[in-house]
Amino acid sequence: MKLQLALAQIAPKLGNLEANLESHLRWIREAKQAGADLVVFPELSLTGYVLQDLVPGVATLSERDHPVFRTLLKASQEIDVIVGFVDEDPRHRFYISSAYLSKGEILHIHHKVYLPTYGLFDEGRFFAPGNEVRAFDTRFGRVGMLICEDFWHASPPYLLWLDGADLLLFSSASPGRGLNSESKLESSAWVEHINQAYASLFTVPVAHANRTGFEDGLNFWGGSTVFDPDGKLLVQAPYYEEALVQTEIDLNQLHRTRARLPLLRDERPELVASELERILHGNRSRD
Amino acid sequence: MEIDLGIDPGLVRTILTKFIHSEITRSGFSRAVVNLSGGLDSALACALAAEALGPKNVLALRLPYKTSADDSLEHAGVLIEKLGIESLTIPITEMVDPLIERFADMSQVRKGNIMARARMIVAYDQSEAFKGLVVGTGNKTEILLGYSTLYGDSACAINPIGDLYKTQVRQLARAIGIPEPILVKPPSADLWAGQTDEGELGFTYENVDRLLYLLVDQRYRPEECVDAGFEEGFVRKVVERVRRNQFKRILPPIAKLSSRTVGYDFLYLRDWGT
Repeated sequence: MKLQLALAQIAPKLGNLEANLESHLRWIREAKQAGADLVVFPELSLTGYVLQDLVPGVATLSERDHPVFRTLLKASQEIDVIVGFVDEDPRHRFYISSAYLSKGEILHIHHKVYLPTYGLFDEGRFFAPGNEVRAFDTRFGRVGMLICEDFWHASPPYLLWLDGADLLLFSSASPGRGLNSESKLESSAWVEHINQAYASLFTVPVAHANRTGFEDGLNFWGGSTVFDPDGKLLVQAPYYEEALVQTEIDLNQLHRTRARLPLLRDERPELVASELERILHGNRSRD
Repeated sequence: MEIDLGIDPGLVRTILTKFIHSEITRSGFSRAVVNLSGGLDSALACALAAEALGPKNVLALRLPYKTSADDSLEHAGVLIEKLGIESLTIPITEMVDPLIERFADMSQVRKGNIMARARMIVAYDQSEAFKGLVVGTGNKTEILLGYSTLYGDSACAINPIGDLYKTQVRQLARAIGIPEPILVKPPSADLWAGQTDEGELGFTYENVDRLLYLLVDQRYRPEECVDAGFEEGFVRKVVERVRRNQFKRILPPIAKLSSRTVGYDFLYLRDWGT
């Protein structure tokens, strides 16, 4: 099976849900016209990133009858869509979230599990962390979604892999930082390295939709990528510009790559589980 | 220990011009005003603004005082010509002398501050007249050292070069084609004849940038900087200078009384809603 995957590398307006919804519909239409089966938007694509005290005002209850979701679900009749938004749960906790929409249904919502609260980041002050990392089934097979800091940690992609995800869909609002004489900021180089590493380690296609634009002095570098199960770069969006990029993912390549390199077959989750059990609860010299 | 103050000028140029364009246009403006001293920092800020907004959307202000070096006006003129930007020359002598003359014993620092603040008044007046935002020209070295006049040369709407050390400003300025005389002359606030930054500060930019890079960017402790080869008195002086000047880098603290107070728990970016 082949999947035409589009990444919508956009620059959302900060705290302007209405304008961002409109731009989503435009980009979705464009992706559809370009023949895409699935279009992935960046982290917090409907709201912007440095929300601070704007969080409660832009939160959307991810219910079918919420006006924003009603509109997006209608758009998802023709093309699958992943959007970034602030989810408010029934007890009014706010989460940085991604929703996978397909054929008028919300197939899955991921709540960001790792909230960076250091350096320039302050997510833990404004958001609750998610507590689940789950793969889910789509018309393109089983996939997994993660949001930015989630994949700075090795365990969430690993868990998704074990949970059956054969396509990893990452989204970010990654602020560029780390200046030296290289042609990329340190943060860009790091994210690209680990995306390529996950594709190679898990023999799985890895797509990363990053945002662009500015919020006050923060630059978001774009450069969205798709790596194939051999760790080869399939497509990359330009740095520092809005762009819709598209590539064909040949899901049959999993068959070929994993015949050559059976890392999944040989993986030993039971070993991981028993060692984790010992590390967490057994006798072990403390470090 | 590796001190890498090198930059990729192409990358930095892209980010900074897009920053200027984004932050000016989203506030509903399309133009910029820059106080062009004839020195390197303001020359670079002007060139970046011209590239971001188009030369006709940038107004360079030359604001000499009677003691300003002739070079300054001339060098600014060369840049204005080269970039094809708009310009105005407004001497500030008549603005500031009546105040200065009231105090026979006025120190150079007081006079310098008055000049810097007079230039700020002209820039903000032209900001309204030209319908452009004031683009700042302070670099990371001077911001950290507090080597500026509060509400004077540090006043601006946005600052594209405030995260570049002076030695990095030089690299970008060279790559972007700032004229040679501006690149090579000793940095000076030009508030009195013969004044140079390095003379006044008591150390070179090259040295202090390397130290600040370790202290600030790499989070070295002061004693680790001494171990890395920096003279102890120099390290102490710089650390103390950075600490003492924190007040110039933040808005004045508001005494908290209510449950929600500007500056503490009323948190919004300036780009709120745009």
